[in-house]
Amino acid sequence: MDKFTTIQSKIVPLDMEDVDTDQIIPARFLKATTRTGFGENLFRDWRYNEDNSPKADFILNNPAYKEGKILVAAKNFGCGSSREHAAWAIHDYGFKVVISSFFADIFKNNALNNGLLPVQVSQQFLNTIFEKEKANKSNFQLKVDLVNQKVEIVGENLSESFEINDYKKTCMINGYDDIDYLLNMKDKIEAYEKTSKYLNIVG
Amino acid sequence: MFEKVWEAHVVSEIKGGPSVLYIDKHLIHEVTSPQAFAGLEKRGIGLFRVKNTLATADHNVPTKHQDQPIKELLSRQQVDKLTENCKKFGVTLYGLGHPYQGIVHVIGPELGVTLPGMTIVCGDSHTSTHGAFGSIAFGIGTSEVEQVMATQCLMQSKPKTMKIEINGTLGKGVVSKDIILYIISKISAAGGTGYFVEFAGSAIKSLSMEARMTICNMSIEMGARGGMIAPDETTFAYIKGRQFAPKEAKFEEAVAYWKTLYTDADAKFDKTYNFDAADIEPMITYGTNPGMGIKVSAAIPSESDIEDSNKAGFHKALEYMDFKAGAKLIGKQVNYVFIGSCTNSRIEDLRLVAKFLKGKKKADNINAYLIPGSKQVEQQAIAEGIDKIFAEAGFELREPGCSACLGMNEDKIPKGEYCVSTSNRNFEGRQGPGARTLLASPLTAAAVAVSGKIVDVRDFNLN
Repeated sequence: MDKFTTIQSKIVPLDMEDVDTDQIIPARFLKATTRTGFGENLFRDWRYNEDNSPKADFILNNPAYKEGKILVAAKNFGCGSSREHAAWAIHDYGFKVVISSFFADIFKNNALNNGLLPVQVSQQFLNTIFEKEKANKSNFQLKVDLVNQKVEIVGENLSESFEINDYKKTCMINGYDDIDYLLNMKDKIEAYEKTSKYLNIVG
Repeated sequence: MFEKVWEAHVVSEIKGGPSVLYIDKHLIHEVTSPQAFAGLEKRGIGLFRVKNTLATADHNVPTKHQDQPIKELLSRQQVDKLTENCKKFGVTLYGLGHPYQGIVHVIGPELGVTLPGMTIVCGDSHTSTHGAFGSIAFGIGTSEVEQVMATQCLMQSKPKTMKIEINGTLGKGVVSKDIILYIISKISAAGGTGYFVEFAGSAIKSLSMEARMTICNMSIEMGARGGMIAPDETTFAYIKGRQFAPKEAKFEEAVAYWKTLYTDADAKFDKTYNFDAADIEPMITYGTNPGMGIKVSAAIPSESDIEDSNKAGFHKALEYMDFKAGAKLIGKQVNYVFIGSCTNSRIEDLRLVAKFLKGKKKADNINAYLIPGSKQVEQQAIAEGIDKIFAEAGFELREPGCSACLGMNEDKIPKGEYCVSTSNRNFEGRQGPGARTLLASPLTAAAVAVSGKIVDVRDFNLN
């Protein structure tokens, strides 16, 4: 997994609520057996016409937003299916951070497991980001600092702190994954199995 | 109940982080497992507890001619990859052609694999279905599938708890699908995010196991991590005698344990909702998330009913669906009906539909998909002779799979067409690019199929 500490970048604003994982990556693109290459179909049906020509009014097709490494969306981002392909597609496209006022639970875990940082901010701060970006498009940048758990509007005295549990923070900063951690505690898992009520009855 | 089952599965707590939770049963399918198997290979390890893992092929499979090779190349490759991986790693697979094959959330319960007090995960959000037995069951991503394969454990932060109580008696034409669509319409598609939900109350108690599964299945559609219903005599009677359920003395021992899983009278929940069953009517969705539901007899909300922050989503949904704010849906022509999916494809669903269809015919404009949830459901329907009722009504009982629920296999709804569907998601393009989904109960779907348009099922004689 990639290491993550801090990033300063332009954003890609997607001011839409309830963005579900079927929009992020439709099911017909889930047939690959590897983790790579999903970025080209990110937001497929919002991004392309049926004849595969780009839809001019969709933000990912706007050259002004090409450099953005931070996706900012309205509340309940990543709802619906558990497909990790959604996190893979966003990461594969080049995003390092997704900001929203809240995330669906499974998506949040999937993002964290792939070095894509989900940052939950208050509704008010989210609105400020959207407004300031609208007013100052070409120069607008955010700085996301995982070490200090802070998201900041660059050049303005505006910032907010965000939550992440210490364990996941350490994983993100060092690029560790959960499996390494769990594999090191097999003795504890085996000890648990001996005491499990469920396993003793129906084993 | 949630606390009891959760605490019984905590192997270890990580300071300032998640718990290490032991997983009793891991269900896998072809879409979300290949990258996890590849991860194990890369690490040079196998499955830690291979006998606690069960596989089936469901998302990509055609629902006709399953004895033939799958036509679509990428689908075939993904299903073949599952077969290859299961063989290599020694995982039990109920693949195409196996008498136990079916939708993963249908076969677990029907085989007696799903039991109260367990932890169950699967790389599929509708794993919440299994919570109907009083198990902690939830969907996970592929990295987590690999975690469970490698260690039989999962890193999870403990969710908050919510209780949703529904008391009273259900009205005419109202079934469990209407209950869950009603709840989601009240608390929204995000109202359960961060929570594990316990469904309780006399209206829930009165339901069969299969009806309870429909409710827990859609708890993810309000954003909840999962849903649970306390196990009771209905649960124990359902489990008894199933293929992989504990037998005889072991069964009695298990029941004694399961009876301890009830929720204590003084249990505290982070959030509680109460609903009256008498307020629930046959439901249908008009928009592009499952929270956009109304009574089928009612009108789509008008502009002024929608909060300012939700207006943009409301407009976008109506534009996609080509509906008008404040309009009624009754009488609207519909050309597609889909009866199936992990929400509503069990034998009781088919019996309900057959009972309604007996002596009726589907309307000429209707293209109907009728998909059993598993090979066992299909065989049971044939044994009971209800396949003949379907045939006489102009329906074809096809072969089991996820079918037109998700637009991943051959079964898709064409662009711009409306489909009244017994599945769980009405997202844009869910049933195929440009398809417009209206979620409803199997009973309402059957009534729409014979009418060719949206109707209130209570206008039919339901006795």
